[in-house]
Amino acid sequence: MSAQIVPPGGATPPARHGLDPAFTDLPLIRLADAALAAATAAGAEFADFRFERLLTSTLSIRDTAVQGATDAQTTGFAVRVIVDGVWGFAASVVPTADEAASTARRAVQVARALAGVVDERVERADEPVHADLAWVSAYHIDPFSVAGQDKIALLLDRSERLLASDGVAHTQVGLFQVKENKFYCDTAGTSTTQQRVRLEPTLTATAIDSATGAFETMSSLTPPVGRGYEYLTDGSWDFDGEIAAMGEQLLEKMKAPSVEPGRYDLVIDPTNLWLTIHESIGHATEYDRAIGYEAAYAGTSFATPDKLGSLVYGSPGMHVTGDRTVEHGLATIGFDDDGVAGQSWDLIRGGILVGYQLDRTFAHRLGLPRSNGCAYADSAGHIPIQRMANVSLQPDPGGGSTADLISGIEDGIYVVGDKSWSIDMQRYNFQFTGQRFYRIRGGRLAGQVRDVAYQATTTDFWGSMDGIGGPQTYRLGGAFNCGKGQPGQVASVSHGCPSARFRGVNILNATQEAS
Amino acid sequence: MTGRAVGLLSPQRIVEAALGASVADGCVVVVNSSSSANIRWANNTVTTNGVARDLSFFVVSVVGGAAATVAGSASDAASADSVAAVVSAAHAAAVATSRLGPARDAQPLVEPGAGGADDFDDDPADTSFAVFDPLLAGLAEAFAAARSDGRVLYGFVDHDITTTYLGSSTGLRLRWVQPTGTLEVNAKSADLRRSVWSGLSTRDFAGPDIGTVLASLRQRLEWAKRTIDLPPGRYRTVLPPTAVADLMINLAWSAGAREAHEGRSAFAAPGGGTRSGERLTDRPLTLFSDPAAVGLEAAPFVVAGHSSDDVSVFDNGAPIGRHDFVRDGVIGSLLHTRGSAVEFGEPFTPTTDNLVLTGGAADRDIDALVADVDRGLLLTSQWYIREVDPMTMLLTGLTRDGVFLIERGEVVGAVNNFRFNMSPLDILRQAADVGATVPTLSREWSDWFTRTAMPPITVDGFNMSSVSPAT
Repeated sequence: MSAQIVPPGGATPPARHGLDPAFTDLPLIRLADAALAAATAAGAEFADFRFERLLTSTLSIRDTAVQGATDAQTTGFAVRVIVDGVWGFAASVVPTADEAASTARRAVQVARALAGVVDERVERADEPVHADLAWVSAYHIDPFSVAGQDKIALLLDRSERLLASDGVAHTQVGLFQVKENKFYCDTAGTSTTQQRVRLEPTLTATAIDSATGAFETMSSLTPPVGRGYEYLTDGSWDFDGEIAAMGEQLLEKMKAPSVEPGRYDLVIDPTNLWLTIHESIGHATEYDRAIGYEAAYAGTSFATPDKLGSLVYGSPGMHVTGDRTVEHGLATIGFDDDGVAGQSWDLIRGGILVGYQLDRTFAHRLGLPRSNGCAYADSAGHIPIQRMANVSLQPDPGGGSTADLISGIEDGIYVVGDKSWSIDMQRYNFQFTGQRFYRIRGGRLAGQVRDVAYQATTTDFWGSMDGIGGPQTYRLGGAFNCGKGQPGQVASVSHGCPSARFRGVNILNATQEAS
Repeated sequence: MTGRAVGLLSPQRIVEAALGASVADGCVVVVNSSSSANIRWANNTVTTNGVARDLSFFVVSVVGGAAATVAGSASDAASADSVAAVVSAAHAAAVATSRLGPARDAQPLVEPGAGGADDFDDDPADTSFAVFDPLLAGLAEAFAAARSDGRVLYGFVDHDITTTYLGSSTGLRLRWVQPTGTLEVNAKSADLRRSVWSGLSTRDFAGPDIGTVLASLRQRLEWAKRTIDLPPGRYRTVLPPTAVADLMINLAWSAGAREAHEGRSAFAAPGGGTRSGERLTDRPLTLFSDPAAVGLEAAPFVVAGHSSDDVSVFDNGAPIGRHDFVRDGVIGSLLHTRGSAVEFGEPFTPTTDNLVLTGGAADRDIDALVADVDRGLLLTSQWYIREVDPMTMLLTGLTRDGVFLIERGEVVGAVNNFRFNMSPLDILRQAADVGATVPTLSREWSDWFTRTAMPPITVDGFNMSSVSPAT
C-alpha cells in the first residue's frame, strides 16, 4: 500500500521515518475491504476496521545482571459496527479475508443481540474524510533497530555506576520500548496508517539499614517520552548527572528527619506535578466520566457538564490545555480511533472549566460540531473508548524560575519526583507522595525531610496556587500505564507543566498514618 | 465448541515447531489461545460490548545459563517457518544476554514428572457472546425496573477462556484451561447521591442471577436514605469479604522472599532475615493460594514470560502446590523462585492465581459481625488502593459506593466517604471478629485477580485519614 505521509494540522512533526514495510506489507486493505463489505451486507449502517501491530521490548537489569529480556509482537484486527443505532464489536487475530468477513458478521450479531437492552441510539459528530493518509511520530533512532547487546551494555553501565555510590545496596534499571502501528479504515472513506514510538527508561536505587530494618528508594525523574533511542544518549535528559547525584540524595533521604504533619506552603516540581494534573484534571475533564460511563469502574467527575463555563477549578492564572499534537507527547497522534485528526484545545482558562476531552459520540452529545479526537483502543482486541489527551498546565509567560517560587515561601516544602498516588472516584480527594521533599525555610532549601504525603481536595488545591513558573521551568512528564475502561485498557499520556506554588496544603506523615 | 483458529498452526504444532527449530541449550514454548465476550452498561443502557479471539505465544531461549523471551502473535503462527523466526530471535537475544554470564535465577529447565498431561492434544476451549444469553433477559428487566423505581444501573459482565499449552526441550507437555468471569453492578439513586456496588466471580455464568445481585443493592440504597456526616478518625470497621480481598491481594503481592532477605520489604526483619514465623494475631487466620481450591481452580504449574524477583522463566512448568502466606496467625513462607530458594537456602515456593483466607467462625456471616458492633462502620467497597510506605506495607485508598454507620448492631445510615491509610498486616493484627470464608470478588483488583475466598472481618482502629466529598 502507499499512503501519503502528511503533517495533519497543528504542530505535527516532520516524519523522520517512513512506515515500517513489515506493517504495510500486511494484507491491510484486503482484510478491511472484506470486513467492511461483510458488515454492510449484514446490515451495518456504519463500520470501521482497525488493524494493529504492537512491538514491545522490556529489558530489566538488577544490580549487575540481566533480570529479564522480553520482546513481543502482537497483531490483530477489529471490526466495529453500528446497527440500528447500536454498537457491535468483534476482534480476531487470524489475518485472512474470510476471517475478517466472519469477524464483521460477529460484530453485527453482537449489536443485534443487544438491541433489547440499549436505550439510546448512537449518534456522532461529523468529521471530514481523511483518505489514504499516514502519520509517523517524531523520533530519530528506531529503538527496535538497536542490538540487544548494546542496550544491555548501556543499562548495565548505568546500573554499575549507581551501585558504586556510597550507601546504594541495590539497583534496578529498566527500559520499556513500544512501537505502535494502526491502520484504520471506515465506510465513510477515511483510511489512515500510523506509527508511534515511545520509550520509558527507569532507574531506582535502594539503601538499606539492616540493623533497624529501615530502607529507602530513590528513582530517576526521567519521564517516559515519545522519542526514539536517541533519548538515552543525546543529552535531552541528563542521565549521567542524575546518576552521579542519586547516591548522595538517597543517603540524605535515609538520614532526613521525619516530617511534622500540618499545613505547609508547597513548591511542586513538574516531575511531581504532572501526576497531580493527570489525576485531578486529566481524568476529571473526560466527558465519559462526567456523564457516568465510567461510574461502575474508574468513577465519575465532579466537573459535570452543567458546570461547563462556570466551575471555578482553580486560581485565575490557571490555563490547562488538552492536545494530541505536542511533539514527543505520549498521547500525540495523527488521527484517533474514530478517524478524527489530532487537535489542541482549552480545558481550563482563567481558572474556569471550559472544555472536555471527547470522542465523536460525546461531541455530538455535548452539542459540538466536531470531536477533539480522544478515541483510543490500546489493542485490536479492545473497543475504542474516550481516552486522555496530553493535558498540560501552561506556564506563566512572565513567570520566574523554581528558585523564584521557593523564595516566596517562609516555611514550606519543595516536592520533587512522583511516587505514590491515589484519588477518589469523583476526583476530589487525592493523596500523593514523591521522591524527594526539601524543607523551605526563609525562602531557601534547608535539607530533605521524609515520610511526606500531601493530601487535598482538587478545587481547594488548584485554588491555592498563587505562583506559576515561567516557560523555563516547563517540562513534559507522563506515564505508560494510565488505566481505564472495562475490559481494562492502558494508554500512554504526557502532561506538561511548570513548577508551581501552593499555599496551606495538608501534609501527612506516612509513618504516623500506619498504626 | 472448539477455539482452534483456522488458517493458523494449532497450539500443539506451534509448540513442536518452536522446539524443533531451537538450537539453544534449552527452550520453553508457551501458547495462549483465548476468546472473550463482554457487555458494559451505564445510565440504564448498554454502552460498549464485544467479542474477541486471540492467540499468542512466547519462546524462552536459554544460552549459557542466560535467558531471553520473544513473544509472537497470530501473524507469527501461520507456518513452521514463521514460528522458527521467533525462536531465532529469542536465541539471538539469549546470546546477547549470555555475554554477562548466567542469570541470577538460572536453574536447569524443569523435567517432566510422573504421569504428565493427558490432555495436551485437546483443542482450546472457547467462549462466545451466547454465554450471556441467560443474563440478557434479566438485564432488560433490571433496566426497566430501575427506570420505574428511580434507580440508575451501571455495570460490566466479562467472560474469558484462555487455554495455555506449555512445552519444553526437557519434554514437558502441559495444558491448562482457565475460565474467568465477572459480574459487577453499581446502582445509584436517580439524584446520584446514593451509590452502592456488588460483584461476583464465576467460571461459566451458569449460576449468577443479576436479580439476586440487585436485591442486596436495593437494601443498601434504602440504608443510604439517611445520611450522617462523620469526621476522620480511627473506627471499628466491618469489612465484607470483597474489601478483605482488596487488601489481602496486596499482602500476597508483597510477599517476595528476595526482597525480604535483602531488607527491602515489610517482611524484612531488623538485623537481617525475614519475618517468617512472626505472629500477627492469636486468631487462627490462614492466608493461602492453592491451585486445587474448589471453585477457584487455577494453573497448577508456573507460566512466566519474564523473570522478576518473585518469578523465573527457568521455572516454567514447575508444579505449584498450596502456599501459606500466613498460617494460623503466623507469617508463613515467602515466595521463592527455584533460583532464589537455592541462594537463600529455603524451599521453592511458587504461588498461583487465587487467594483464600480462613480461620473465622464458620457460623457467622457479615450480618452477624455487624450485629456485634456497638458503634462502627460497614465499609462495603474500596477504591484506588496504592502503596504509601513499603516498610510497613501502608496502603492508601478511598471508601466508595457504600460506607455505613452501625449503631447497636444495626446499620442506621450512610456516612460520607473517607480516604483511609491502613496496612493489610494491621488488618490481620487488629482483627476483632472474623466470619465464615465465602467466594468473593475484589473490586479494586478485579481486572487481574478474580479468584478469591475471604471472610468478613471487623477491624479495630481502621484509620480513616480524611473525608472525601465524593458521593
